[in-house]
Amino acid sequence: MVEVPIPKEKWTGKIGTTVIGAVAEEGGTRAKKVVIGGQSCMPFLSFEAPILNRPAIAGEVVDTLRDYPPLARKAFGDVVEDPVQWAKAWVEKYGVDLICLKLYSTNPEEENKSPQEAADLVRKILAAVPVPLVVYGCGHEEKDAKVMEAVSNAGSKERLLLGHAEESAYKSIAAASMANNHALIAFSNLDINLAKQINILLTDFGVRKENIVADPLMASLGMGLEYSYSVNERIRLAALMGDSMLQVPMVCDTTIAWKAREATEENESLGDIEVRAAWWEATTGLAALISGADMLIMRSPKAVQIIKKAINELLGGA
Amino acid sequence: MPTAMEIFKLLPKKNCGECKFPTCLAFAMQLANQKAKLEDCPYVSEQAKATLAASAAPPIRLVKVGTGANAIEIGDETEMYRHEKKFFHPTAYAFIISDTSNDSEVKARVEKAHSLKFERVGQLMKMDMIGVRCDSGDLKRFTKVVSDVAALTELPLVLICNDPVKMKAAASNIAAKVPLLHCATSSNATEMAAVAKELKCPLVVYEDRGLNELADLVAKVKAAGVEDIVLDFGARNLKELLERSTIIRKISVKKIFRGLGYPIYVHAGSGEEAVLRGLISTMKYGSVVAFDDIDPATALPLYVLRQNIYTDPQVPIQVKPDLYAINNPNEKSPLLFTTNFSLTYFTVLADIEKSKIPVWLQVIDTEGLSVMTAFAAGKLTPEMVAKAIDASGAKEKSRRGEIIIPGMVARMSSKLQELTGLKVIVGPKESSGLPKLLKSLD
Repeated sequence: MVEVPIPKEKWTGKIGTTVIGAVAEEGGTRAKKVVIGGQSCMPFLSFEAPILNRPAIAGEVVDTLRDYPPLARKAFGDVVEDPVQWAKAWVEKYGVDLICLKLYSTNPEEENKSPQEAADLVRKILAAVPVPLVVYGCGHEEKDAKVMEAVSNAGSKERLLLGHAEESAYKSIAAASMANNHALIAFSNLDINLAKQINILLTDFGVRKENIVADPLMASLGMGLEYSYSVNERIRLAALMGDSMLQVPMVCDTTIAWKAREATEENESLGDIEVRAAWWEATTGLAALISGADMLIMRSPKAVQIIKKAINELLGGA
Repeated sequence: MPTAMEIFKLLPKKNCGECKFPTCLAFAMQLANQKAKLEDCPYVSEQAKATLAASAAPPIRLVKVGTGANAIEIGDETEMYRHEKKFFHPTAYAFIISDTSNDSEVKARVEKAHSLKFERVGQLMKMDMIGVRCDSGDLKRFTKVVSDVAALTELPLVLICNDPVKMKAAASNIAAKVPLLHCATSSNATEMAAVAKELKCPLVVYEDRGLNELADLVAKVKAAGVEDIVLDFGARNLKELLERSTIIRKISVKKIFRGLGYPIYVHAGSGEEAVLRGLISTMKYGSVVAFDDIDPATALPLYVLRQNIYTDPQVPIQVKPDLYAINNPNEKSPLLFTTNFSLTYFTVLADIEKSKIPVWLQVIDTEGLSVMTAFAAGKLTPEMVAKAIDASGAKEKSRRGEIIIPGMVARMSSKLQELTGLKVIVGPKESSGLPKLLKSLD
């Protein structure tokens, strides 16, 4: 019999783990923590090393429907009017591991909701669902500083994942995360060197590595997915080869898929629009997972169902 | 590839210099780096030539299916990751027709396979092959359906049948079209290999028990005289699909293990499961993926993923430089410009479409560079913008006397104003700010 060699790579590096959420004995109220990262091989290659933590899925909840696609809204019905009910639907109906709350309504150029209102919503969602929480601001630098400080205090014992720190603005969010031992997202724009740079800045500032999750910016299918795919792979390879500043878990936001015109274009020849939109997001998500993502932020329940099935099978389940 | 020392051992060691290199060792080093040709040595033995030719063969064999313009080439890949150089031969998708379908169903299925096509950034994305599977168990029926399908399509064919007698009968009629035969198994390998050899068709070798068993069967088929082999390891789930494909790719290109140095065939089936298999195989080393059925709504994302993954990482996808009308603009609609880097263009396009405001978008040829990179490299100058606007007649299409420029290139404002006579409005640095700006105009 021919002996086919099994090509086990001798990686010297290992991805660190990040814990999101705190259970009762740590002073939190989450039913279960989510642990991401910990891999010591390229994605899903269990012949190289055991896969320790399955990739986690966070369901997206936004606090204003201003820019939310009507087609995506259809999947949830009226619950999207209330972020708390929306979060509950994600957990109870679709079994997501976390909720990702995006506080877009705090944008001073739009609804301009106060940091206090944002913090109240965080409290309400924490009370309504048992899963850990990811919280993003609105992207307005000065406002986010205040909002994330309030959010940090509102979830002080819950070990939130706060988004996001970037090279030009990281100090206030790093401070907000350090104040209450939250994890945070280190964002970089499609470049392995920038991904490393933001991690260096954060650790120099005093953020511990086990509190960092990297977001290298996932581009949508058809809108530069190939760049993201290769950036993710290069980040993961460099980390496994021993670059300690890249050895943090990776999160990809697949809601970006809804930006691609073909995902939601009304055009019969392109097939059923709801099926297509879900697969557009699922395909973007699958590419993120295969190239190195440890966690996905997702919008479509149908896409979540597809990705959960894929993860199960990739880990050897039926 | 053999190392310089391995090549050196096979050279005549005369150091004659007739190859234009001072010593045989120097020549061997150039050969190892593929910077010289073995024919440059006048004294090399026939045996050395044969040895070196065999070891210089690509780590994954190039297999051709079909003939003419629609013929496909699979295999001959050299990289594990697309950023290392590129992936060369895109995954081919096949659409399978059962021979239990009646004649009109067969025709409808061929038409469906043909209809699963879309055009995108100047490329036609389509089904690449049609498969005919012998489910009837009837030699005459299979033979007839194969001949009928061959007459209805120009696409290369895959013939799926475990019985060498039926396979030979069906394939003989269309052997000139070089169909892919599926498949040789542990129970029919000798006979099936004989069919493939006689008809000069590539042959899929199927073995689902494991890679050792698969390599054994490949060796048997190869010994029977078939060179153009394709592997089917019968993955039971996505884990097996991803892991076995990766192992085969890695030992072939990194270890030059030739026993499995062939393209991979995957039967995807139908439904969601099939799409997932197709997506995984497209990213990780599948060469042919065969579908029992697929819906346009899932075929499109699959095709686009293939287009993305098989893009040359050194040559970004580019959009044709032109003046684009978005949301039905008229002469009161604003004029914008951006670069022809596809990522930039699609992002800007999506944001403009979201605003629902009609605009004229001038796409400048920056050789596929993004706004900042092109500007820094001198490939996006006010002169180029002015020239592009003149050439496209943008000033006649948008009569506002204004042009909105990307915030990143605010520095070109005054020069562009001077060259075009248009009032320059500096847009946002991120295109996500475009809807707000567009809504604020008049």
